[in-house]
Amino acid sequence: MSAQDDLPKLLGDCVHCGFCLPTCPTYTLWGEEMDSPRGRIHLMQQHVDGEPFSDAMVQHFDACLGCMACVTSCPSGVQYDRLIEMTRADVEREHPRSLKERAIREMVFQLFPYKRRLRALRGPLRAYQKSGLERLVRRSGVLERISPSIAAMERLAPPLGRTPRLPERVAARGERRATVGMLSGCVQGEFFPGVNAATARVLALEGCDVVIPKGQGCCGALSLHSGREDEARDFARRTIETFESVDVVVVNSAGCGSAMKDYRALLADDPAWSRRADALTAKTRDFAEFLAELGPRAERAPLPVTVAYHDACHLAHAQGVRSQPRALLAAIPELDVREIADPEICCGSAGTYNLFQPEAAAELGDRKAVNVDATGAELLVAANPGCSMQIATALRRRGAPIAVAHTAEILDASLRGLSPDTLLTRVA
Amino acid sequence: MGSKGFAPEPISGIVEKVEPLPNEPLPDELGRRLAELLGADRVVTDPVRLRTYECDGLTNHRSTPGIVVLPDTAEQIAAIVRECAAAGVPYVARGSGTGLSGGALPRADGVLIVTSRMRRILEVDIPGQRAVVEPGVINLDVTRAVRQYGYYFAPDPSSQQICSVGGNVAENSGGAHCLKYGFTAHHVLSCEVVTPDGEIVELSADGPGYDLLGVFVGAEGTLGITTKITVRLTRLPETVQTLLAAFESIEAGGAAVSAIIGAGVVPAAIEMMDALSIEAAEAAVRCEYPPGAGAVLIVELDGPEPEVAAQFAQVERLCRDAGAFEIRIAADDAERTLIWKGRKSAFAAVGRISPAYIVQDGVIPRTVLPQVLARIDALSAESGVRVANVFHAGDGNLHPLVLFDDAEPGAEQRAEEVSGAILDLCIEHGGSITGEHGVGVDKSRYMPRMFTEADLDTMQMVRCGFDPAGLCNPGKVFPTPRLCGEVPGVRKGPHPYEGKADLF
Repeated sequence: MSAQDDLPKLLGDCVHCGFCLPTCPTYTLWGEEMDSPRGRIHLMQQHVDGEPFSDAMVQHFDACLGCMACVTSCPSGVQYDRLIEMTRADVEREHPRSLKERAIREMVFQLFPYKRRLRALRGPLRAYQKSGLERLVRRSGVLERISPSIAAMERLAPPLGRTPRLPERVAARGERRATVGMLSGCVQGEFFPGVNAATARVLALEGCDVVIPKGQGCCGALSLHSGREDEARDFARRTIETFESVDVVVVNSAGCGSAMKDYRALLADDPAWSRRADALTAKTRDFAEFLAELGPRAERAPLPVTVAYHDACHLAHAQGVRSQPRALLAAIPELDVREIADPEICCGSAGTYNLFQPEAAAELGDRKAVNVDATGAELLVAANPGCSMQIATALRRRGAPIAVAHTAEILDASLRGLSPDTLLTRVA
Repeated sequence: MGSKGFAPEPISGIVEKVEPLPNEPLPDELGRRLAELLGADRVVTDPVRLRTYECDGLTNHRSTPGIVVLPDTAEQIAAIVRECAAAGVPYVARGSGTGLSGGALPRADGVLIVTSRMRRILEVDIPGQRAVVEPGVINLDVTRAVRQYGYYFAPDPSSQQICSVGGNVAENSGGAHCLKYGFTAHHVLSCEVVTPDGEIVELSADGPGYDLLGVFVGAEGTLGITTKITVRLTRLPETVQTLLAAFESIEAGGAAVSAIIGAGVVPAAIEMMDALSIEAAEAAVRCEYPPGAGAVLIVELDGPEPEVAAQFAQVERLCRDAGAFEIRIAADDAERTLIWKGRKSAFAAVGRISPAYIVQDGVIPRTVLPQVLARIDALSAESGVRVANVFHAGDGNLHPLVLFDDAEPGAEQRAEEVSGAILDLCIEHGGSITGEHGVGVDKSRYMPRMFTEADLDTMQMVRCGFDPAGLCNPGKVFPTPRLCGEVPGVRKGPHPYEGKADLF
């Protein structure tokens, strides 16, 4: 990210105690040192000491989900988040990938960060889902043979409905308490438009003027977390410009919020932008984090439903936001919040991970599904679109489909006095 | 056993280490056979991957293993051992790689047998108060599996969230609560063991004849590899009370410890941390210990409600009498966890206040705690090397953390000298060179300071009984490599201390 000579210094913080191992998803899967944070740090050190990136070495960096559970569990304060981001950027610069890998990666990075391209895909995708072709293709396994990554993409696509278009400005109800910008996101906006609508409504009902700039693009999270730094910087600059006029930017997607809080480090070496990046980072808030700071004003109507709350890694580990969403949910009358066992272990979604490492991702998804299922909850609540798609897919595979909702949608239902059925009938 | 407990020669000057043997490449044939046995993806031969296994929790000893194997079953381990025996290749077992004495340091000319994939809990027998686990099962996972029935697995080393039960058996691990509940040896009922000739045998605590299980537990992996462990489950106490007492000085804290034990109270745990280790823990986990404390004491009592209540009041009074300026009592599990969090993360947390450090492990009689701590202080002042102190105060088990900057030339050597001098102090005061971290490769050089040649020869004869070829974790525990054929005890004249002392 910033000065490269930081890397050896950051590596030196690791004392090799191994406390990170049990929270690392790939270590829990495979039990191998080189697929643990401690082992990967060791591999990074080998690279710093002159060992070139071999296929073997890169494979272990690629297998990291970037979930940051190790950052939470590390008593020595190792900044693994920065280490893996810097290492991924080095890998992209120095290590040639195979033609097939390059093709898949290009496709993902040319598609997901671009709303218009995602939107263009919506029509054909809806037709595909409705026509019965979906079932045929899944049964045939043809996509698996072409590319497991494409097959994963197909499996994970949520059922699509209509997209309500959001206005550029939503006025506060009652006396105005704040003016906030809202990031509409790429995948969130196109595949889960209801979440954005709910977020805007809740903010307005709590007394916020909500500004949703039309020109906003991708925040750069996918690129940043995959080592495509220059691309990420371009996205970051555009996002900074877009939101320069508001005091707070509320983000309802954990991965995006975490990336925007990283702009400070991402643009630290760019004199023209470092100060502006710093300001954006300082005013970025996760949806639940912001509402907790603001305090409740609107009346919560009872919502008699049992929910399982899932910690998105980029919310819990990367942003340290754990108690706020739970508190928001718990404050809704008649709503029962259940904890999912092993909450610190990633569901396998992890940004683009379920596309590039479909096997490991599916296995982690299955483990998460077992734990979600065991809660007996009717509804799964998560604050990241990737997690929702991943866990819903895994539960469907298990024959135990569950409805999914974002924290914002739950609050929205309560503030508007809707019946839980509006959330429960949307089984993914 | 005889001992050289009096007026030992100082260790402090000695900083030589046992170097790994020259790296002779392993025969390719062995790698091929192991791949046939386990499947190619369970055998690591790529040099970059192999290097990630070069050390365990103690990083100042490193040696890249010749081959790493990741077996799934006891039968596979037996087959691996037979292959190694046939090829005359040494092998080392490794669990989670969290040891602090280099007990699982690999051999460049050998095979590293990693049990981290063998992590199934095979049986939980609540009426029988036992569980059967594979060696790679994580210590805390045993407790997690049985807590719902009102039981737990008592040994609780600070690394319990990741250390393996197999590793606990090898090192006879203790933990904060071993003052009352004992070490791993007291909680293991039987072990299935792959012997150095590749047989699978069962060593049981209740069998007639010699207590071979007692010999095996704590042998640091030199007598065989355990593949299945039956552990004793302990009933969760009816009540637990934890207090944190802050003192101006470590001496005042030490006086409180002596007063508590002297009053006949047996706390489940009694732990002390000094100002420097408090600073580190604060930086790492924000445990919010009382500011300005020169030492904190954590005292935990558990057992039947009325007994705990009575003794707890007594402990509180004794702490105040000894000069505690603040006492906090954990109101619930969350507060108790916060009190313990600072203590349990202390080792790794020191990484926050120092670029590098050595975790030392020594034992002294509890009664000489103030004298020894004063001497450690003096050592630190003389040498300019900072020492943070964390200890299981109830049984005199010290864990001094010797801090240094590895970027500074000579700093590591100076730290090693101070670390060694602390062990001198332990022996001088009638203590031991290790309480619970084991001898491994790190402390084998200190063994002659504590034991006579005759003692070491006797231990070596036990080892030869199990492993005559010397292939099972060689180079650990004993100061110099010996072969089983050698005539033990060749020396001139009687040993000066022979028969004079029986301290250990």
